Amino acid sequence: MSRPGFVLEVDDRTPPLLVHNGEGFLLERFPLGTRVVYPPESLPAVRDVEEAIQNALLHPIESEPLPELLTPGMRLTIAFDDISLPLPPMKKPDIRQRVIEAVLTMAADAGVDDVELISANALHRRLTPNELREIVGERVFRSFFPDGKLYNFDAEDADNLTHLGQTKHGEDVEISKRAAESDLLVYVNVNLVAMDGGHKSTSIGLASYKSLKHHHNSHTMIHSRSFMDHKASKMHHSAWRMGEVLTEHVKVFQIETTLNNDIFGGGLEFLQKREWEWSIKDQATMLGAKRGLALAPAKARRKIFQDVRSNYGLTGINAGKIEPVHEKTIEAVHKQQLVEVQGQSDVAIMGVPFVGPYNVNSVMNPILAACMGLGYYFNSYRGQPIVRKDGAVILYHPVDYEFSQLHHPSYVDFFEEVLSESTDPATIEAKFEKQYAEDPWYIHLYRTSNAYHGVHPFYMWYWISHALDHCGDIVWVGANRKTVERMGFRSASTLQDALEMVSHSVGRSPSITYLHNPPHLLADVR
Amino acid sequence: MMLALEMYRSPAKFLAAKAMGSRVPAILTGPAAPLRLVTIDEPRADREGWARIRPILSGICGSDLGMVTGHTKLYFSALVSLPFVPGHEIVGELLDDCEDLPKGTRVVMDSVLTCAARGVELCESCVSGRTSLCDRITVGHVSPGLQTGFCQDTGGGWGNVMVAHRSQLYAVPEGLSDERAVLVEPLAGAVHTAFRANVQPGQSVLVSGAGAVGLFATLALRELTQAGRITVVAKHPKQRELARAFGASDVVAPDEVFRGVRRATGAFRLKPEMNAKEFLLGGVDVAVDAVGSKDSIDTVLRVTKAGGRVVLAGMPSTGADLSPVWFRELELTGTYASSREEPNGRPAFETALEIAQKAPLDGVVGAKYPLYRWREALDHAQSAGRLGTVKVAFDVRAS
Ligand SMILES: [Zn+2]
Ligand SMILES: [Zn+2]
Repeated sequence: MSRPGFVLEVDDRTPPLLVHNGEGFLLERFPLGTRVVYPPESLPAVRDVEEAIQNALLHPIESEPLPELLTPGMRLTIAFDDISLPLPPMKKPDIRQRVIEAVLTMAADAGVDDVELISANALHRRLTPNELREIVGERVFRSFFPDGKLYNFDAEDADNLTHLGQTKHGEDVEISKRAAESDLLVYVNVNLVAMDGGHKSTSIGLASYKSLKHHHNSHTMIHSRSFMDHKASKMHHSAWRMGEVLTEHVKVFQIETTLNNDIFGGGLEFLQKREWEWSIKDQATMLGAKRGLALAPAKARRKIFQDVRSNYGLTGINAGKIEPVHEKTIEAVHKQQLVEVQGQSDVAIMGVPFVGPYNVNSVMNPILAACMGLGYYFNSYRGQPIVRKDGAVILYHPVDYEFSQLHHPSYVDFFEEVLSESTDPATIEAKFEKQYAEDPWYIHLYRTSNAYHGVHPFYMWYWISHALDHCGDIVWVGANRKTVERMGFRSASTLQDALEMVSHSVGRSPSITYLHNPPHLLADVR
Repeated sequence: MMLALEMYRSPAKFLAAKAMGSRVPAILTGPAAPLRLVTIDEPRADREGWARIRPILSGICGSDLGMVTGHTKLYFSALVSLPFVPGHEIVGELLDDCEDLPKGTRVVMDSVLTCAARGVELCESCVSGRTSLCDRITVGHVSPGLQTGFCQDTGGGWGNVMVAHRSQLYAVPEGLSDERAVLVEPLAGAVHTAFRANVQPGQSVLVSGAGAVGLFATLALRELTQAGRITVVAKHPKQRELARAFGASDVVAPDEVFRGVRRATGAFRLKPEMNAKEFLLGGVDVAVDAVGSKDSIDTVLRVTKAGGRVVLAGMPSTGADLSPVWFRELELTGTYASSREEPNGRPAFETALEIAQKAPLDGVVGAKYPLYRWREALDHAQSAGRLGTVKVAFDVRAS
């Protein structure tokens, strides 16, 4: 049996603890009394994945079994989560491949021959053919990609979007025309964190800017508390309203899968163990890895991390009607990630790792690093943030001045032009968002190259607006001073210095909580 | 007799012999130095319309530096007469009556030695007031020399006495400080540049370079045109600050030009194969090159939109890639000195005198040196941008 997550209090016997720090990690001695939140150990995986898939498709929740929904001559569209999930990417075969193969087999048995597969990447970058192949597998790729039946969603292809109507709040629902006009839309999800899945899958993944801007804006995002709780997230409320409109027009068969916490295998296994339980061998590999990484040239170091493929075991699969399926999903995610934490603290500490949803096979630029720490991790709570109002957040990441021109062209401009003028989400939204969203060059790169949409860095910034609003101080340990200052933060060379810097707002002996992730955890702050 | 800095070695020969790097002191302290501090006879002002001037402040111009460091092109060797006293950015005091200007008047000088100064029949350009285009700059009763400061007979601002013709002189209004007045000549050049740029209302402009030429061009463009966004390329912090003060809408670093212009104009950015320089489809309506380097010219040609206009305000170096001029049907034009009659119907100097009175020019003359500290002065001028200085001048009276 795996052990639940727990909170450790640092005392003088506690060894230095591992902290993720970009393409590397370090061992940090935390002040006595620091609370360390460990995620639960990895849950056991479903033993027979094929059987679980069959079972889910044949016994769906509040829906006819999938075979009954498949009829000859129908239009079937299968949409699936893009490369931003899971993190890091999964060892082959990807769970999406297995599910898609099962769905395709049933479709073939039913004589369905009009099938298209769409990567639900919304305004994320197009996946390369290789990246698509990694997700759907060789067989599916070969059968569909050459004929153009397996492709990336294009939110700027006006001819292939359909406006389905507006929600009762006047929000436009505009999605992929193919999906909208299908007799059945099957969505294949990988649920890594509680934010994903549900109506977010179709009404965000297959939507255009016109539709997305109703919830991807600074106002909605600052009022989403938290993103990990769809009932307390304004963004999700909007997506749910859109989902109602969408499902009035399109029959959706939702398939959601949940994964365990088995992220780091092989030589990196020590990364997910509790430090005081490290064996001699773990300690040796850790030291070797640390030394090797320190010596490796940046390029090699990056490759080591980009090549990380996780073992992830399937913890559950549910199919059928969106809402009840998602309830089951959330249940499973919580079981794996939820850790009860008593009360908020003055200071929260988080290590930002090498990969986030938007830099898979790419570079974690300063904005993405901020989003990973202050968007993802800060918001990894249920109830209330781990840090009290006006408390301090201390993050670890080098935050180098480094951008991928291929993947994040508008990020560079955002960093140079927008952030030098203001870091206030509402101000930059009013002044700059439209220009970036409609910039023909970014649109061109999004459509034809592998670039995130021009507006994407704004979304990243809005996502951290809750943290900006909530926290008194944000300090990065070991970060490039210039880059963090441009973003309105401060940098310190050591944890000691960082605590010194925030002492004017939290005092000299603040209560401290260190969120020990990844693996993923969701703090249930009571 | 008077004290003066004298350019005595043929720039052409000097250029050929130049084997050293571009840093001034190395060249100037070495045996090849083309400049020396000497005591020589004062120039004579014995013809009609000529008078002697005692320079007060005398600026160091980029073209002066080009000359003494051997970067000036051979092209100009036919347009000077050796030896000569450099210095064409001056504010000085008349030592003689000069027609309607009484002795003692503070004056600034349009340095181009046109038909009027040379006592020859006016050429077509001079008749029309476009004096910077004068074709008679090597003939008449004055030795060859495109401008005062490059001519054997007139002396120049880097000496204690020089001579000038009435047609070159403008009286300095009361209340305009010497430090501002010495900037009038380069400002007049900037006025001319602004008119040459022919910016239509609302058009976007790029000014590449934030030395004196680029900064003053920015100022003049703001004053005299209804340009929309003016983007200035500046390397150093002080330059960035001044560019903004002089009217730039935004300032970008040299390696940020493509990114900045693309963003500002919604252009498309293309990167050719191999290491070829990128370019934009779309871009600014007008670009002004105020650097003259191959890099800067290559850049302005590549960020100007099709059918746009590119103005070369710095003396250009060779080797720039002209493909964009052809492919984008650019109008490529130069701007040199200034004219007696600009498109606004007035001498550039009059407009420049007005700008000099109201623009935020305090502190622009960042250093003054006596003539005998010329090596330091030239060294400072050569590194002015880095040192946060726009204009270095000789304090001739202190010499
Ligand atoms: Zn000059
Ligand atoms: Zn003439």
